Amino acid sequence: MTELTDLTLTAARDRIARGEVSAQELTEAHVRAVEGARDLNAFIAETSELAMDMAKASDDRRARGEAGPLEGVPLAIKDLFCTKGVQSTAASHILDGFTPPYESTVTANLWKAGAVMLGKANMDEFAMGSSNENSHYGAARNPWQRRGDNKPLVPGGSSGGSASAVAARAALGATGTDTGGSIRQPASFCGIVGMKPTYGRCSRFGIVAFASSLDQAGPMTRTVRDAAVMLRAMAGHDPNDSTSVDTPVPDFEAALTGDIRGLRVGIPAEYSVEGMPEEIGRLWQQGVDWIKAAGAEPVEVSLPRTAYALPAYYIIAPAEASANLARYDGVRFGHRSAEARDLQELYEQTRGEGFGTEVKRRVLIGTYVLSAGYYDAYYNKARKVRTLIAEDFRNAFESVDVLLAPTTPSAAFGVGELVDDPLSMYLNDVFTVPASLAGLPSISVPAGLSDTGLPMGLQLIGRAFDEETVLRTAGVMEDAAGFDHRPAFIAGR
Amino acid sequence: MAVDPETVRHVARLARVRIEPEQQQSLATELSNILGWVDQLNELDTEGVAPMTSVAQMRLKMRKDEVTDGNRREDILANAPEAKHGFFVVPRVVD
Repeated sequence: MTELTDLTLTAARDRIARGEVSAQELTEAHVRAVEGARDLNAFIAETSELAMDMAKASDDRRARGEAGPLEGVPLAIKDLFCTKGVQSTAASHILDGFTPPYESTVTANLWKAGAVMLGKANMDEFAMGSSNENSHYGAARNPWQRRGDNKPLVPGGSSGGSASAVAARAALGATGTDTGGSIRQPASFCGIVGMKPTYGRCSRFGIVAFASSLDQAGPMTRTVRDAAVMLRAMAGHDPNDSTSVDTPVPDFEAALTGDIRGLRVGIPAEYSVEGMPEEIGRLWQQGVDWIKAAGAEPVEVSLPRTAYALPAYYIIAPAEASANLARYDGVRFGHRSAEARDLQELYEQTRGEGFGTEVKRRVLIGTYVLSAGYYDAYYNKARKVRTLIAEDFRNAFESVDVLLAPTTPSAAFGVGELVDDPLSMYLNDVFTVPASLAGLPSISVPAGLSDTGLPMGLQLIGRAFDEETVLRTAGVMEDAAGFDHRPAFIAGR
Repeated sequence: MAVDPETVRHVARLARVRIEPEQQQSLATELSNILGWVDQLNELDTEGVAPMTSVAQMRLKMRKDEVTDGNRREDILANAPEAKHGFFVVPRVVD
């Protein structure tokens, strides 16, 4: 049984296709693994019965010769995706009891491809956070531990439960969403692959909105090939999302040729920040050496406005969040305060009770920067800076094909270490936010271990809608890194 | 930009979020820190720069103005904390 949960997503797919294992056997092994991983608190809801029903239906389809590209593959779904008939919480108290009468487009695409849902993965409330500690359902834990130290570590966030489940072999892959780094940072912290595609590649329909101009869904898997296959199934134009782009979805797996000879790989000078641990710099240099050995050409580039990306993000994202979260009014769905005497109190009490600390903080910041007298000074200023950040990338991509940088400024930190210091927590996103602001595709690949034995990722950023070059380069780095380390906690062991 | 507890109360009112009085001071400090930190954006000259409106550089798609969905009253009311006779129920707003 355990052997099945150790397969990569694509290896499992191939075994199913060859009839060596059934979707039901594969799913059952993963249902057990999800149960065996409860100490990680990676799931808000386990959907075991549904998983077995979906697996049975998958085996029936295969018997009829109607197999899809992800036929029988069990996945975890971040609880930000609305799933028809299955409670969807966004890890918030304010969505208590909300059961969507519709399915998000991304998950609908995955089920159409034959995939099976294991459960709804834990996350930071409304995807706001970098540690998964802002969940109404409690923090998820990282299956990794520092060498000789059993202090619990955060899995990163916001897609922390997704990363934790995939790393601990409780799912073959998971959906995540990335607004400022919420796929890439937890992937780096948990030693897995996480990809944020180009803004517009995946439909946002049915994904609980945080910051609509930034939110993008993507795959979290144990290999680059798995990410390529899963992304292809997730992506595509959707009339229900006017920002989803009507352009063909390439066969991303076919892009993994292993050949990056002659590719020009930009090394952005500004990603070397003060106070960054020396081991991150060393890993980055290792990455440069790998791509050079593979025949690509490293090129020094400058993205001069990089340092301003994070403060701009922490205006734009809360501003959009404060507007998006206005819908939680205690009237139409979710939690409603029992205390209120009039309508005004109903709104204020419901939201006061229903939102967690970080969500309130961001709603207040967002409301403040959009309020009369501050709109120009903060919100418009940040949007202008965003234009300049995008321009930096455009200029760089005139001379290089892809960019290589660290994913995070540190390895995973301990539970509780940063929770009372919002600014330090925000700094986790310093390397991931710029690509988010520019809407560019970006991937984190596990590249090595820190001095304390924790995984660290390297990040590749590509041109808009050129996921193929990003994935191809990522595949070469993955081969060179040969990252075969395993976390301390493996589900069911 | 320093935020005082009075500003926190005002913004919380605009956002329709109840903030307990004992949290107003700590939130004022946190918001001041965050806004002080974002003030570094003023170091950057943005004279003549257009604010970004769409990252994907695309034109919004148009479609025919016709009904494509509807007749889902039960679906829509299914998650309401309180519903009666096909309506959402809220506290009385007119006497």
